[in-house]
Amino acid sequence: MTARAPAPRPVVTFIVRRLIATIFLLIVVSVITFSIFFLLPRLAGQTTRGLASQYIGRNPTPAAVHAIEQQLGLDAPLPVQYGRFLRGIVLGEHFDSGTSRAYCPPPCFGYSFRTQQPVWPQMVAGLPVTLSLAIGAAIIWLVAGVSIGVISALKRGTLFDRFSMGIALAGVSLPIFFTGLISLALFSYKWPIFPNVTFVPLTQNPLLWARNLVLPWICLAFLYAALYARLTRAGMLETMSEDYIRTARAKGLPERTVIVKHGLRAALTPIVTIFGMDLGLLLGGAIITEYTFSLHGLGLFTILAINNQDLPEILGVTLLAAFFIVIANLVVDVLYAVVDPRVRH
Amino acid sequence: MAEALLEVRDLRVHFPTDDGLVRAVDGVSFSLERGRTLGIVGESGSGKSVTSLAIMGLHHGTRAQITGHIKLDGEELVGAPAGRVRALRGSKMAMIFQDPLSALHPYYTVGAQIAEAYLVHNKVSKQAARKHAIDMLNRVGIPQPATRADDYPHQFSGGMRQRAMIAMALSCDPELLIADEPTTALDVTVQAQILDLIWDLQRELQSAVIIITHDLGVVAELSDDILVMYAGRMAEYGSAEDIFDDPGHPYTWGLLASMPRIDEARLDRLVPIKGTPPSLINVPSGCPFHPRCRYAGFTDGRSQAEVPELRQVSPGHLVACHLTADQRRNFRTELVLEETEATAARTTQGEG
Repeated sequence: MTARAPAPRPVVTFIVRRLIATIFLLIVVSVITFSIFFLLPRLAGQTTRGLASQYIGRNPTPAAVHAIEQQLGLDAPLPVQYGRFLRGIVLGEHFDSGTSRAYCPPPCFGYSFRTQQPVWPQMVAGLPVTLSLAIGAAIIWLVAGVSIGVISALKRGTLFDRFSMGIALAGVSLPIFFTGLISLALFSYKWPIFPNVTFVPLTQNPLLWARNLVLPWICLAFLYAALYARLTRAGMLETMSEDYIRTARAKGLPERTVIVKHGLRAALTPIVTIFGMDLGLLLGGAIITEYTFSLHGLGLFTILAINNQDLPEILGVTLLAAFFIVIANLVVDVLYAVVDPRVRH
Repeated sequence: MAEALLEVRDLRVHFPTDDGLVRAVDGVSFSLERGRTLGIVGESGSGKSVTSLAIMGLHHGTRAQITGHIKLDGEELVGAPAGRVRALRGSKMAMIFQDPLSALHPYYTVGAQIAEAYLVHNKVSKQAARKHAIDMLNRVGIPQPATRADDYPHQFSGGMRQRAMIAMALSCDPELLIADEPTTALDVTVQAQILDLIWDLQRELQSAVIIITHDLGVVAELSDDILVMYAGRMAEYGSAEDIFDDPGHPYTWGLLASMPRIDEARLDRLVPIKGTPPSLINVPSGCPFHPRCRYAGFTDGRSQAEVPELRQVSPGHLVACHLTADQRRNFRTELVLEETEATAARTTQGEG
């Protein structure tokens, strides 16, 4: 009782524990995805030779196929291959088949069938696009969704509430390939306010970066803002009827303090959770948005990989997406412990 | 007679709903002086909490229709600007709620919540407010208040939480303290401690206290005056002696009979009041208690037809009942006799 542990310590052990669990989880994810992509085709009759011939193109000669097989170690037993795969991610991989040598620096996710280049640099190239898109949209939808939700809850039943909830219903129902194409048709072609929507790196030209991303941001944020507005509204309606809100009013606090400090603070906790998950999911690739606006991010990369049945690329992007989701989960859990003292103790 | 701190005159609180008008409080009047305690007693839905929330100005402005007069230290609160009532709330009048776990914010430390109450009404630094919060925790009997102030409500026990609520309510030395079922959510052993605490603090601060409860035992310990409410109306109002020694309303008789007493033999002779409290949308005609009243047939149909007016039966003792004084005396004597006989019968059975 007298010597109470300082507050940050439990949070630190909590984070360390969660980090260890996170690494374990990622290994499990990698085993499962690796098995799906390399074990299942084999069970279905795919030979290692067939796999190797994917790298060669049309009319492969048996000798060339064999060389590739040797070089990439495709003839080794699957557990050995998995071990190499893991080692490659951590340490990089040397491929040596006598005739040709190649070094794939860490993190090595193997070679793409399609481009015959290491997978990782290609994924990394798409990352800034996806990051810009997801984070920008996230800020918009969080601010817009939460504020609309709060106002709707406080003005329940008024015209504003009905109108914004109607819009929110539309936002939840309309897919991005619809809103995206409409907005492109209107604001990029008919009235070219945002012409030539292509990705410009932030470091190259911040203004152009932002201008070209406005349409994708708004379309992506519209979908999520609608969802968040509804969630926030429901959460606020619930917390504002809690006993502690009555206590806050009984203290004589100004209504604004009651709403923001006592109501919104509690209503935001579940929003934090969902926000983390949504952002993590999007960082793995905003597939439809990137496809609609031809933004070459992870999402478009994923689609190309799937269309080409490029197993190493699919495997790489799956693991990367899983990584983002798991990390987002971790961040959410830590945030939760920071936000809600009942979780901490 | 000193000037009353709180004057409530003909208070009505109605809520329009889709199903009809809910008459939660319908014509309640009482007054309360500094240093005195009023107990408001009644079943759930009798309007006791609604009355207290109306005094505190905590009803939703557009959803509740409040008429009548609530005068705090001569200042009219009904229809007063929201900002003015807010300034009085927490400073001149404060409230303790039933369930301290849900009434305290789970995300803020107990100390911070008490300091917040002090900060709204006093221009002091955060450090000063925190120090005051620790002083308050100490005053309500929390051990090691300086460390416990940094705990969250869920780290407190039920009784300590209610102590913290009391500390919060008293942080600005309110002249009027309303305690809404302050012990209902607590263990029996803790209940007595909390009541003692309220009693001690009241004598120390000389504030006026309203205790709202469905438990006559709580009221018996603390109250100078008692208001018995039924279906939003006043059934009986008088001093604690009047209510306990010479209760005039059959509903009060029922409440007394259903109250466990240590001084009378066995607990199994508790007599519940038959039936359930009425709907506040379709309040029974005449006396709202008549469908559940044993004596409703003795009033020549007036119980069913006429709303009984509050009549003075002795100085300061008001009863809303159609029974005549003689009838009341006879029925009460009969009832007490019946109970004594039943107790005696059981005692003999037990011995035989």
